[in-house]
Amino acid sequence: MSGIHVSTKINGDAVEFVCDVEETLLDVLRDKLGMTGSKEGCASGDCGACSVTVDGRLTCSCLMLGAEAEGHDIGTIEGIAKGTQLHPIQQKILDHAALQCGVCTPGFVVAAKALLEKNPDPTETEVRFWLAGNLCRCTGYDKIIRAVMDAAAEMRGQ
Amino acid sequence: MRYESPQTIEAASALLASEAGLARILAGGTDLLVQLRSGMVEPDLVVDVKNIPTMTSIVEENGGYRIGAAVSSAVMNEHADLCAMWPGVMEGADLIGSTQVQGRATMVGNLCNCGPAADSVPGMVAANAIATIVGPNGRREVPVIDIPVAPGKSTLAKGEIVESVFLPAQVKRGGDAYLRFIPRTEMDIAVVGVGVNIELDDSGVCTHARVGLGAVAIKVLLVEDAAKALIGSKLDDAALDKMAAATSAACKPINDKRGTIEFRTKVAGVLAVRAVKIALERANKRASNGGEK
Repeated sequence: MSGIHVSTKINGDAVEFVCDVEETLLDVLRDKLGMTGSKEGCASGDCGACSVTVDGRLTCSCLMLGAEAEGHDIGTIEGIAKGTQLHPIQQKILDHAALQCGVCTPGFVVAAKALLEKNPDPTETEVRFWLAGNLCRCTGYDKIIRAVMDAAAEMRGQ
Repeated sequence: MRYESPQTIEAASALLASEAGLARILAGGTDLLVQLRSGMVEPDLVVDVKNIPTMTSIVEENGGYRIGAAVSSAVMNEHADLCAMWPGVMEGADLIGSTQVQGRATMVGNLCNCGPAADSVPGMVAANAIATIVGPNGRREVPVIDIPVAPGKSTLAKGEIVESVFLPAQVKRGGDAYLRFIPRTEMDIAVVGVGVNIELDDSGVCTHARVGLGAVAIKVLLVEDAAKALIGSKLDDAALDKMAAATSAACKPINDKRGTIEFRTKVAGVLAVRAVKIALERANKRASNGGEK
């Protein structure tokens, strides 16, 4: 089986990789590029733990072949903090204790950031619907939603 | 498995036509990737169609819209004019999966997978959307209703690809709507889904109607008797009752834990009435805006 050569951009940096046809973008990120922030929960697009952005658009990296990344701009959880400075969403998740086991957290952060870029002032209902594709089996969601609402307020300067 | 990403639909069609083994088209991939992962299908060739310009654009045409088969539902639902003209079709597509899935999933993928409960299909059927198909023998145009046959089975021949779907111009006093029943509020598959499109004259008499019905038969249905019950009426209660009865009569659902035969049959009629009422409100609003939005 010959590999496919893919040129892409990940978190702003040009990245090239060779992958097998069957490998998903999630497989490539975790196993080829050592970027293990994105998690594999269900591998069928239901849980959102593998959320990334493709050209700014929220996507499950388990529902995309690595080969499909050719020429596209990928954003992952690793690109969200600036060095040691956490993104407001990350900080608020800590402040609100909005995580327990943490497996779903990277997906929630990527998804919430994509929401707030599109809609800086969402209602709680909008946050809940937007994040309906991110499953958390520990927290019961309430703290996560509060953390996102709080981060949104802070990012608006309120 | 080979992966190809051609630049033209003719090249894509030729690849599919000349493949001796199993070939699959990859648009959004939200169904195909799950099938690959679970071993449901083991194709020899996957043809990614997202680098074909005619398949990735939304173009205004004769007052309506031609939507490329690889356009994601998220992109479609951000197109304000398209959403204003065909809100029912757009809402149907928007109900499919999560935000993440919306970013990739396509309406034509939903159509060509031929699932009876495909949320975007009853709305397209009601709108009388026309699919443009390109294959080894050239191009043909087919009403969306004629594409699905049974779960996973379509009328597309080997080497044929749906390039785009055309939604015609909505009339001045016309409106559409899609409603589905699910046991929860989000992230579920329709137990019943109903898409309706109606047109009225200036006196409020229904001159045209189409009712598409999902999840209650082996494929999405066009319920002509339901349309007949509406045409010529002012959509009064008597006409709506007759339409509901016709819609329920068309159901041949399965019985499962998500909905019994009796439940699905009854709910189909109820949802059809509610969808007509929404479509009517939209048609009147559109007319009061001079046939726009």
